[in-house]
Amino acid sequence: MNVDAKKMHQIEIQEYQNLVDGIKPKPDVLKNCIWAFLVGGAICALGQLMLNYLLSLGMSRIDASSTVSCIMIFLAAFFTGIGIYDELGKRAGAGSIVPITGFANAIVASAMEYKREGYIFGVGARIFSVAGPTLVFGFAVAVLIGLIKVFLSS
Amino acid sequence: MPAYKKRGSQTVVFEDPPVITSWASIVGPKEGQGPWGGDFDQVLPDYLLGEKTWEKAERKMLQQAVSLALSKRDLQVDDAEVILAGDLLNQTVSANYAARELARPFLGLYGACSTMAEALLLGAMLVDGKFFNRLVSATSSHHYAASRQYRFPTEQGTQSTPSTQWTATAAGAVVLEWEGVGPRVTAATIGKVVDLGQTDIADMGSAMAPAAAHTLKTHLEDLELLPDYYDLILTGDLARVGMAIAEQLFIRDGLVPRPNYSDCGVLLYDEKQDVDAGGCGCGCAAAMLCGPLLKKMLAGEINKLLLVATGALMSPTMSFQGESIPGIAHAVAIEN
Repeated sequence: MNVDAKKMHQIEIQEYQNLVDGIKPKPDVLKNCIWAFLVGGAICALGQLMLNYLLSLGMSRIDASSTVSCIMIFLAAFFTGIGIYDELGKRAGAGSIVPITGFANAIVASAMEYKREGYIFGVGARIFSVAGPTLVFGFAVAVLIGLIKVFLSS
Repeated sequence: MPAYKKRGSQTVVFEDPPVITSWASIVGPKEGQGPWGGDFDQVLPDYLLGEKTWEKAERKMLQQAVSLALSKRDLQVDDAEVILAGDLLNQTVSANYAARELARPFLGLYGACSTMAEALLLGAMLVDGKFFNRLVSATSSHHYAASRQYRFPTEQGTQSTPSTQWTATAAGAVVLEWEGVGPRVTAATIGKVVDLGQTDIADMGSAMAPAAAHTLKTHLEDLELLPDYYDLILTGDLARVGMAIAEQLFIRDGLVPRPNYSDCGVLLYDEKQDVDAGGCGCGCAAAMLCGPLLKKMLAGEINKLLLVATGALMSPTMSFQGESIPGIAHAVAIEN
């Protein structure tokens, strides 16, 4: 392509982008936010209720927090398994992805999906296909912050 | 000898237009609940067909569609001299494995969702070229098999956007013969790959619309036809977003195919079926053609049909590497 043709193609691409931007419907942000707020809030409120209950039984805060996390992860895995969590996620978006339950959903959904390729090349190799980036960068940031803390306190 | 069947730059006309003597369509439960549910030969009760995986279910569906199309004309699988088929999955596994079971000479094709038109036009060339007397062109797609390959695990709770399309669970097959009774494939336009820089992997319609507009314009120019020559011009699976854009491109090109223009992706589902912009997938155009459309042609409600099947040649790998999504569209004219 010579320079002029390249320029023409760029203009064509830009014009087309303008056309697409004018026609393509935008996601309903307000509706999505309300759904995310309600569902995400409900998931967190459920966790809080459990936490309060466990604390009232006399459990220590650290133990109670871990227990609530375990229960929430179990519930998310369970509802993923019976095919309900994805229906919830369709509506709630970030509301069901951001809490710890969303993380559980990503892992269990992958495990279920790739089980058909066997336990080694399926489940084993691909269970973190969605959650992997969160783990990698979560660990990386944790190490980084740990190092900063070490330097600051020395 | 010059290419005497070629017209203009990209179009061929058939000398002895091959006849679509039989056809069959099999669709999934959701497609069966759509507005054309009653026009498909078979609506599956579930997505697995007694198989253990989506991929195995898809190939079984494709295989059954081929057998059904042949059996509707009292033919055996062995009567098909060649099978041309393709699908959306990596290495076109559905077509390859269906062909393994059918055990007939086989050409595997890939044109993303445009594959039905590709299979039809190549099939028509093979028959009109007197290489074969009878062959089958078929394609399939499966919502969950495509979903896990192109998007996310099926049970993952993700939110779609209004431009997302729902991959149809469907298969369609046509029997092409050099003589017989039925609608005829009269002309075809081989599309160019057109890429206007679209990168949104949740919006195939915008990626494909320029290819559809280009192929339609070229087809009409090559054959010196006006858009109203056809009773119905149908694009493959642009769905609502892509169709709205394509209509603007048609106007730019001086074509106004309305009101006899529509899109298989828009037609296949009801708006209430929670499919966002509409349907897509190789099975979308295939099932619409081998279901309601050819039925209407047989009844004489449509006499001249132009199917412009569209394909987004999207690959997650290339998208992650920063590439845009190329589109392609092939046009096939079917006339009574």
